[in-house]
Amino acid sequence: MSSLLIKIAKELLLARWKQTLVAAIGVTFSISMFVALLSFMNGLNDLLDGLILNRTAHVRIYNEIKPSKNQAINLSSQFQKSHNFINSIKSSSSRLSIYNTEHIFEILDKDKRVLGYAPKISAQVFFTYGTLAITGAINGIDVTAESKLFSFKDYVTAGNAADLKNVPNSIILGKGLAEKLMANIGDVVQINTTDGNLMPLKVVGVFQSGLQDLDKVQSYSSIATAQKLMGKSNNYLTDIQVKLIDIKQAPKIAKEYAALFDCDAEDIQTANSQFETGSTVRTIISYSVGVVLLIVAGFGIYNILNMLIYEKMDTIAILKATGFSGSDVKKIFIYIALSIGIFGGLLGVLFGFGFSVIIDNIPFNTPSLPTIKTFPINYKALYYLIGIVFSLVTTYMAGFFPARKASKIDPVNIIRGK
Amino acid sequence: MSEIILSAKNINKSFHDPVDVKILSDISFEITKGEFVSVIGKSGCGKSTLLYILSTMDTDYEGDLYINNELMKNKKESELAIVRNEYIGFVFQFHYLLNEFNVLENVMLPGLKLNKYSKEEVEYRAMEKLKMLGIENEALKKANQLSGGQKQRVSIARSLINDPLIIMGDEPTGNLDNKNSLIVFDIFKELAEVYNQTLLIVTHDQSFAANTKRIIEMADGRIIRQ
Repeated sequence: MSSLLIKIAKELLLARWKQTLVAAIGVTFSISMFVALLSFMNGLNDLLDGLILNRTAHVRIYNEIKPSKNQAINLSSQFQKSHNFINSIKSSSSRLSIYNTEHIFEILDKDKRVLGYAPKISAQVFFTYGTLAITGAINGIDVTAESKLFSFKDYVTAGNAADLKNVPNSIILGKGLAEKLMANIGDVVQINTTDGNLMPLKVVGVFQSGLQDLDKVQSYSSIATAQKLMGKSNNYLTDIQVKLIDIKQAPKIAKEYAALFDCDAEDIQTANSQFETGSTVRTIISYSVGVVLLIVAGFGIYNILNMLIYEKMDTIAILKATGFSGSDVKKIFIYIALSIGIFGGLLGVLFGFGFSVIIDNIPFNTPSLPTIKTFPINYKALYYLIGIVFSLVTTYMAGFFPARKASKIDPVNIIRGK
Repeated sequence: MSEIILSAKNINKSFHDPVDVKILSDISFEITKGEFVSVIGKSGCGKSTLLYILSTMDTDYEGDLYINNELMKNKKESELAIVRNEYIGFVFQFHYLLNEFNVLENVMLPGLKLNKYSKEEVEYRAMEKLKMLGIENEALKKANQLSGGQKQRVSIARSLINDPLIIMGDEPTGNLDNKNSLIVFDIFKELAEVYNQTLLIVTHDQSFAANTKRIIEMADGRIIRQ
């Protein structure tokens, strides 16, 4: 039965194939733009997020400089029941180092939610250059873990990241910092800690994160070098950066760890809330542009179907007179609309993929993003699926009202009207 | 007495816009199997309106209509469509063929809709009807490539495809020249006499009506002679 209706729909379509083609091209255009736009926008989102988020720990375990929560007077049994006022509390600088790191590592190793972790020492230092002292920061890192979890290797633009581990007393400088110090690979830079220790370190690489402010102050060395520099023992660590399997769990796990390890733990959402906002806004913009394009295409289909119905009044009347019911006529026009939608949508997805590939191959070189060579594209199958579903939904909606109108046409009026 | 195919009882119809105008009043008659009936009357006497009520396409009337002893009132639109498909064949003043399809497909459409026979059988039956009407050579032409007389024969073939109880015609010769009118009339006559086909034809062609077995004459919405 429905095959007969489909055949009639097909014949009606082919009788007006130019108009149909225009309608389908409208859908194709909007779907392909939708897919390409979404892929590009999300590629851009991923890129920008990756700039910070991929290099940031999901949970950072550290000790904050802050006044002790347990002031001596509160611990005294004599004043337990009193309300104690203490003025001018100062932060203590007793320990930045994390206690009992071996124990923490053991727990992290066992935790199934944890993808990995990288210990770190961060310290403020001065880079002495002639008479000049430039402030900066040195990060003692485990190169292997850091590369694996935070793509450290990708951002080392000159030299070799692995040398940090292999060459004793070595350092990788941020690009801005290296320029300030006029240091090349193989040079030796003098480093002064805040405690007054002086140490020469050999430059084995240059680091470019894409964030210039960061590159002007940051430098990296191995954990052992940093410990030596600080004059600390080999269990001294100031940060443990944890990467989770599911980033959304970060706030919960951060709280858990803060209580468990008796230290501070910061989650990525708190630390970088602005990035998520940016991504959300960009996604909303791209979806709304796509939907607007589709609605415009929908109106095109609506118009063409309406015209088709006026042209085919006689056909509709005769179909009804010979025994086709109103719902049959409605189905015929819905089939017409949907076939425009399917044809246009599939073609649109193909073109969308084509556009994505083209964008993906346009060179995009920017000094701040050393790892990016072309425009970013996210080839998520979901966008293609949404494109197809959207094209079907809009064409169905656009076809529904004309089809209902066609189903209500009174054959008597048409036949007598002649 | 042979069986009654169509019976109308006290059919009344009025138009209400802008003022109440009575179109049909108290129309009652019966048509038995094999009858060749013509309805005549002046323009505006309501004969076409009556035909569309009898054909179930117009449902805005009072009174009862029985087709094949079934009451048509209170039937849903889709049920009436099935009645039209199965029991009624139509021939209009204008041929009303679908230009998107060829002649054979035009004839086959109601048959395929009925879905009683397989596609091959419907096609065979359609060819038989076309042969019967002498236009089998045009079967694969598009509908708009035929002459007026040929088109009307195609629509007769289409009306016959489901072996309807009754064929209704609304001025089937109204748009044809004398020669073709004669051909169409001869076809109807042959259908009635040879195939015992029931026919109800609305016409204002006196000579056409004069040759039919039974004439229903209408004036001002009433039957004045039958």
